[in-house]
Amino acid sequence: MWRRIRSLIVKELLASVRDRQTRWVVLFSPPLLLIVYAFAITQEVKDIPVAVVNQDAGVEARELISRFEGSPIFSTVDIVDTMADIDRAINARRAVLGVHFGEDFTRNLAAGRQADVQLILDGRRSNTAQIVQGYATEIIYGYNLELARRQSAPIISDVVSRAWFNPNFRPLWYAAPALFAVLTAVVGFMVSTLSVARERELGTFEQLLVSPLHPIEIMIGKTVPAVLIGLASAAAMLAVAWIALGVPFRGSLPLLIGGTTVFLISIVGIGLFISSLAATQQQAVIGLFFYMMPAVLLSGYATPVENMPHWLQWFAETDPIMHFIMICKGVFLKDAPASYIWAHVWPMAVIAVFTLAGGAWLFRKKIG
Amino acid sequence: MTSPLATLDRVSMRFGNAGPKAISEISAEILDGRVTGLVGADGAGKTTLLRLIAGLLAPSEGALTVCGFNTVRDATKIKREVAYMPQRFGLYEDLAVIENLTLYADLRGVPGDERPETFDRLLQFTDLKRFTGRLAGALSGGMKQKLGLACALIRKPRLLLLDEPSVGVDPISRRELWKMVYELVDQGIGVIWSTAYLDEAERCRAVLALSEGKLLFDGAPSLLTSSAEGRTVLVQGIERDKRIVLTRALDRPEFVDGVIQGASVRLLLAENAAIPPVETLQAGPKARIEATAPRFEDAFMARLGARSRGRSALADARNKATSSDELMVEADQLTKTFGDFVAADRISFSIRRGEVYGLIGPNGAGKSTTFKMLCGLLQPSSGAARVAGVDLAASPGRARSRLGYMAQKFSLYGDLSVAQNLKFFGGVYGLDRRALADVSARMAETLNLTAYLDHTAARLPLGYKQRLALACSLLHDPDVLFLDEPTSGVDPRARREFWTHINALASRGVTILVTTHFLEEAEYCDRVALIYRGRAIAGGTPDELKAKGGIAGAPALSLEDAFINLVHEFDQERAA
Repeated sequence: MWRRIRSLIVKELLASVRDRQTRWVVLFSPPLLLIVYAFAITQEVKDIPVAVVNQDAGVEARELISRFEGSPIFSTVDIVDTMADIDRAINARRAVLGVHFGEDFTRNLAAGRQADVQLILDGRRSNTAQIVQGYATEIIYGYNLELARRQSAPIISDVVSRAWFNPNFRPLWYAAPALFAVLTAVVGFMVSTLSVARERELGTFEQLLVSPLHPIEIMIGKTVPAVLIGLASAAAMLAVAWIALGVPFRGSLPLLIGGTTVFLISIVGIGLFISSLAATQQQAVIGLFFYMMPAVLLSGYATPVENMPHWLQWFAETDPIMHFIMICKGVFLKDAPASYIWAHVWPMAVIAVFTLAGGAWLFRKKIG
Repeated sequence: MTSPLATLDRVSMRFGNAGPKAISEISAEILDGRVTGLVGADGAGKTTLLRLIAGLLAPSEGALTVCGFNTVRDATKIKREVAYMPQRFGLYEDLAVIENLTLYADLRGVPGDERPETFDRLLQFTDLKRFTGRLAGALSGGMKQKLGLACALIRKPRLLLLDEPSVGVDPISRRELWKMVYELVDQGIGVIWSTAYLDEAERCRAVLALSEGKLLFDGAPSLLTSSAEGRTVLVQGIERDKRIVLTRALDRPEFVDGVIQGASVRLLLAENAAIPPVETLQAGPKARIEATAPRFEDAFMARLGARSRGRSALADARNKATSSDELMVEADQLTKTFGDFVAADRISFSIRRGEVYGLIGPNGAGKSTTFKMLCGLLQPSSGAARVAGVDLAASPGRARSRLGYMAQKFSLYGDLSVAQNLKFFGGVYGLDRRALADVSARMAETLNLTAYLDHTAARLPLGYKQRLALACSLLHDPDVLFLDEPTSGVDPRARREFWTHINALASRGVTILVTTHFLEEAEYCDRVALIYRGRAIAGGTPDELKAKGGIAGAPALSLEDAFINLVHEFDQERAA
């Protein structure tokens, strides 16, 4: 039995290595995509242009403006004359943020009254705007504290925030582990989904079915090489994330390898299941598309799972990509304990058992 | 007769700079009002030549004039005069018959007011009127070809090019296609019909025979056939193994080619050779050699200058019991239903060791279903299939390890090399390393694959792919060999070589079950079953079948005639 399975595994690996297309798609493109996507989806906000209307003549307003100028977040700070100029600047995307100091700004401060600063943000770029608002508030808040100190007024409270695991809020650190998970899934799907359907189209699958191979042997012979290829691809991506992108790796490598293996088995199981259902490669691709879109959306890759309605969260639990993203974030950014990893490994293992068994059962069913 | 429809003037075609010429200096004329057969094996250059005539390819050298236009300068004008039906006509399988017709009418710019009449005429002509609402994908192979023909004829052409219209089409639909083409010819249309089946050449007024891109023969088929006059004989009354008689005959210098024909052996004499005494063939006391009329295929083989080998080293390597009464394949009331549809209805037969058994029948009649149930690819709904006495349902693994299977498309792993394919299939059948090295080396040698061991399987010529597929199916020395249309598309030389191996295996005790559309091939079998409408409606030796399928007491001339008569009779009995 082992000899028969080994022949299958060797055959699959040889076929992948000898085919230039597969070689490229599977081994070289994922690390490349990791780099490209990591920079593309980066949420880091830098070099933001600002337009300022200063109707106040006092020192404080100018001081506050110079703080905006001094911040690395903002590239240019344009002093304009009227509110209409801010309108135009934002409309023409020359500014994301408009700051307005009223004529009574200094006067109010001097009188110890509350002094208002108006912030106008480009809501079309809601994500950037939110972040810019955060920075701007922080600058104003900082200046406020300093003023209070200068006037030796009592400071009511001060907030000092520190982010754990990603102290500088580097978006790349946050994005890379999730991307790593999704790209590993894509590789696993690609290697497995086409494999049975392709053999069906070529007629070689019948050749396997008339041989003494048991469907389970065929399943193992299809799963192992796909998982191995997926692991090789994941290793290449890991190296890229670590060396080229500088993403920290704080957790245990063996735990990640173990988690990735179980994850790939579950992904390959789903891929082979779809492949067994399909009569042609085209059908397999369409089937994969229908599965992959919701699977990625539900995985928490783009939006947190906790924000989804309850019944959707329940679906997310059956999504191996969701579990693997949790594992990746756990081992990349923090040194998550084995118990945490295990909590996400066993659901993937259950998915793998069901899909692989279902696929093997379909092998024989789907011959007409 | 007017000027020729198409003139080819020293036309050559080369793909890429390095490769050999696909078409090599062909000059010929195609006339209207007749069928011109374009005969040759796969890879002989038939499709390339058709595409050149259709103006879809520009020749590397030489020039073609079609309907008065040069194919390079006036390619667009030619499109109005020529209809081309490629091998797999571009039917939209998810569209209904009528929708396909409308689509092609749109594409060819047929005005709306002419359509009802045109469609009506074409549907009448192709007998598809009852099926206008059916999806093209749900049509049988023969009906698809008819619809393809209708779509190609949506504007009446002067020249109709048909690329292998009879591939995958059963004998009945094939006859209907021919009838339709003759009607077109009567209307004055010139038709070029390309085919790998040599028997179809005899139905053409003129033939262009191609071999490896070269023109082998140009003229009336009877002209070529008569060139072999006096060189064909039949050995009749054979009492021993007819396959051994064939081998023995081909060992003699007097004979250059031979095939089994029912209970007899058909032989082609070398040029100017005298018929040797019948005793030399050791065919038994009643055997006699009789002259017979040549067929196109005999003359084609003579023209090719082929020298068929009679012996296969493959069989010498095998030492098993020869034929006996042991039942190696048994179909016992095999039934398969798909929903309401009964694809196979209580089919029973059994095949003895060393016997060659053929399954013939129209498309969709249950032939493949029966075949698949016997090799374990389909579970029967009821009844049992046994291979070497082992029930396929009870112990599939054990039964399957006794059978070899060669699929129609020579299913190999195209990305792997020849050696890797052999290694893989050996491994799948559980051969250990040493046995595998041994047997694959021997197999490669006997099938002349040694020089190709490192070649990628996908790039092998068709004949070599076939040999490799045969090698892969024989690695584990099976007792039963299943062949699914094993020679479709290969040239007669490769077909003979293939059957030399099969005959030798049968003589050494391997049981062969073969499906075929090619009734010439059915003559090589010991016994044949005709499957129609899910039932085995007739069975027996090819000669018995010809007798049963005869009209008014006289046996049918060919197995194809018998086939058509038997199917016809069955339909009439059912209707009555």
